[in-house]
Amino acid sequence: MDENILEMRSIVRTFPGVKALNSVDFHLKKGTVHALMGENGAGKSTLMKCLVGINPPDSGDIILKSKKVTILNPLTALKLGIAMIYQELNPVAERSVMENIWLGREPTYGKIGFFVDHKAMFQKTKELLADLELDLNPHQKVKELSIAKMQMIEIAKAVSYNADIVIMDEPTSALTPNEVDHLFSMIRKLKQRGVSVIYISHKMEEIFRIADEVTVLRDGNKVLTRPIAEMNIGTLISAMVGRDLTEMFPKIECPIGDIRLEVRHFEVPGLLHDISFDLRRGEILGVSGLVGAGRTELMETIFGLRKKSAGELLVDGKPVQIDSPVDAIKAGMGFLTEDRRLTGIVPVLSVKVNTVLAHLDGYNGGFGFLEQRKMTKDCIEYKNKLSIKTPTIEALIQNLSGGNQQKVLVARWLLNNPDILILDEPTRGIDVGAKAEIHSIITKLASEGKSIIMVSSELPEIIGMSDRVMVVCQGRITAILDRKDLDQETIMRYATSIENHAA
Amino acid sequence: MNTSGSIGRILNKYTIFIVLFVMAVALSFLSPYFLTPQNLINVLITESGRGILAIGVAFTIISKGIDLSVGSIVSLTSVVAASLIQDPSYGARIFPGLPLLPVFVPVLAGLAAGILIGAINGALIAYTAIPPFIATLGSMIVARGLGLILTNAYPVPMLRPEFKQIGQGSLGPIPYVVIVFILVAIVAYILLNSTKFGKNIYAIGGNINAARTSGIKVEKNLVFIYGFSGLCASIAGILITARAASGIATLGNNYELDAIAAATIGGTSHAGGIGTIPGIIAGILILGILNNGLLLLGISPYLQQVIKGVIIVVAVIFDMRKNAIRR
Repeated sequence: MDENILEMRSIVRTFPGVKALNSVDFHLKKGTVHALMGENGAGKSTLMKCLVGINPPDSGDIILKSKKVTILNPLTALKLGIAMIYQELNPVAERSVMENIWLGREPTYGKIGFFVDHKAMFQKTKELLADLELDLNPHQKVKELSIAKMQMIEIAKAVSYNADIVIMDEPTSALTPNEVDHLFSMIRKLKQRGVSVIYISHKMEEIFRIADEVTVLRDGNKVLTRPIAEMNIGTLISAMVGRDLTEMFPKIECPIGDIRLEVRHFEVPGLLHDISFDLRRGEILGVSGLVGAGRTELMETIFGLRKKSAGELLVDGKPVQIDSPVDAIKAGMGFLTEDRRLTGIVPVLSVKVNTVLAHLDGYNGGFGFLEQRKMTKDCIEYKNKLSIKTPTIEALIQNLSGGNQQKVLVARWLLNNPDILILDEPTRGIDVGAKAEIHSIITKLASEGKSIIMVSSELPEIIGMSDRVMVVCQGRITAILDRKDLDQETIMRYATSIENHAA
Repeated sequence: MNTSGSIGRILNKYTIFIVLFVMAVALSFLSPYFLTPQNLINVLITESGRGILAIGVAFTIISKGIDLSVGSIVSLTSVVAASLIQDPSYGARIFPGLPLLPVFVPVLAGLAAGILIGAINGALIAYTAIPPFIATLGSMIVARGLGLILTNAYPVPMLRPEFKQIGQGSLGPIPYVVIVFILVAIVAYILLNSTKFGKNIYAIGGNINAARTSGIKVEKNLVFIYGFSGLCASIAGILITARAASGIATLGNNYELDAIAAATIGGTSHAGGIGTIPGIIAGILILGILNNGLLLLGISPYLQQVIKGVIIVVAVIFDMRKNAIRR
């Protein structure tokens, strides 16, 4: 059992401006489950993408069954027996279970290989599913299945490719406890067949239930590889977060005023459960949690982008009905979205237009014409205030750096003069210098009396900036911590829900 | 929309056929002439050409593309084939010195022109990654121009009777054009449902990433998909030309829009990955019966256009609801 089926040696992978993997070693023993852990952005997914050829490594060796291999695309990986089950499942939803499993290699009649033999396909699917004790109809359309079932199909597909290595990226993020049990019994079955599993997860309890070995990554470096029996929750967490607060956070202590926003018993079926919290004037409320915990969904619900099934929202003590972003903006809110490129900037428009986009009503010069001069004036004012680095305000925003794009978006919301500003991952993908600038802008806004909700996956940022921190896990608030109680271990504990097993 | 109830599901699945049936029943009450064999044959003859176009276009739509060039391919095929089969006694032939060619030569030349333009469409889309709309818009204009160049914008008349026979003759009561339409439909049905090519088309349209990671050669398939659409268009071009007894460089203008409309009404989704041959044929027949019925009832042809336009949009609204993935 001690034979290494896979070794990855000194894997380096850089993305523009970031060293995502810094000479990482990894191994996998035959018939075992190897957990891969680390904070968001530690390099887990990047390492696996190196392995399956989505982002081949810049340097380093991959040794599979004692042979050096080069994997440049997922198909090669599959043919070598490495199958990855992605967090975002990728089926052809409109087609049947069996067509998805045999996609691209359908059984055919005779030697011509043109006419598909549906009977054989059905038969092979039946046998495969029976072998794995899966109760699925081969003819059913995949879109009619639950996420858990789609996952089972992916696993069946991996088995049908005779995969020796199956990579599972956060497989339980959308599963119910029963479905998790089923998945785990499936993983055990795979182990018995000699299949090795690389299991990426944040969830401590799962790791201790299913893994044989664990590797922890942090900031693109390998921290350790150990048998799981030698670890406990405490040692694992400190391996994951064990870094100092090297970055400086220009937190200005300022008086915190009255309650401005109250969220009461928000419910979104399947996503958020009984969410209640409040936010005061001049306060920065950090929101922490793992990817998929429901942080962004909660912000979207507050801002009216998502429908809630129950709950109410009060601004300055008065109930406010928010069904759309328009209502939210009227109630004095602004929302800096998580994905700058997808939902924030309009890349092919100028810095100026991007700045004023949410505030065009403010430039009504009559007859539907816009007051260009006032637009330019405001834009220059914010360019200076937030020190946005751009040659001119007519430059296309796509030519600016990420940090400066983000500042333009902050300016966009400030033009509306909101009282409550929701910032979702405000410094993601921004270099260190610009990060500090964004941080000081945020603090300054708070000291001017604005109320700020800041969602962030970076614990140092959360701890450095927040007056209070709300931790979300699986759609519930697991803790609201005061500034004096903040440390990485505590937050991580609540984020992985170790102390809260309420189902 | 709640699709979980089994009655609802069946209704949803067969909406298009129910609509077709209801329309036919209603018309047979409204006009005594509608249900006569002669009228039904006429509907089929009129719709055969467009039907073949729609089948080809549907292949491209299922792959999450579009083919705007099919109308122009009809025109080009028309003049290419006609110019090779003009009666030698006619003085103003396009190719005056041309010997008497067997009928299959102009037919094959026409088909070759269609396949060529289709394959170029596919190659452009596959290898330069320009959107299908743009690629086929370009070739639509080019093909139209080529037809005009060849003929100087004059019609190509005086075709030999054996060629005209393709469009005007019949096997018993059933015209050849209808038989060809049925054959194309059967071949297309088999291609889509029983071959790897068909599975590939659905996978490419349904989820191109899944198709790629499963080892499907997406580029090669795109060339075949658009080549098939070009082939269908040129088959339609031959049939329509033979029936009209003259090659015309503007013969197929705007046919692409009718073909797209028919495929769309027939449940082919522009979101990709969805569409069936029976559905597309129902879409063609709905448009055909609508044209015919409105004509029989003496409704203004201009109003017919308005009604057709509304039906297309309503069909897509229904379709989008039907295909919405449950959340």
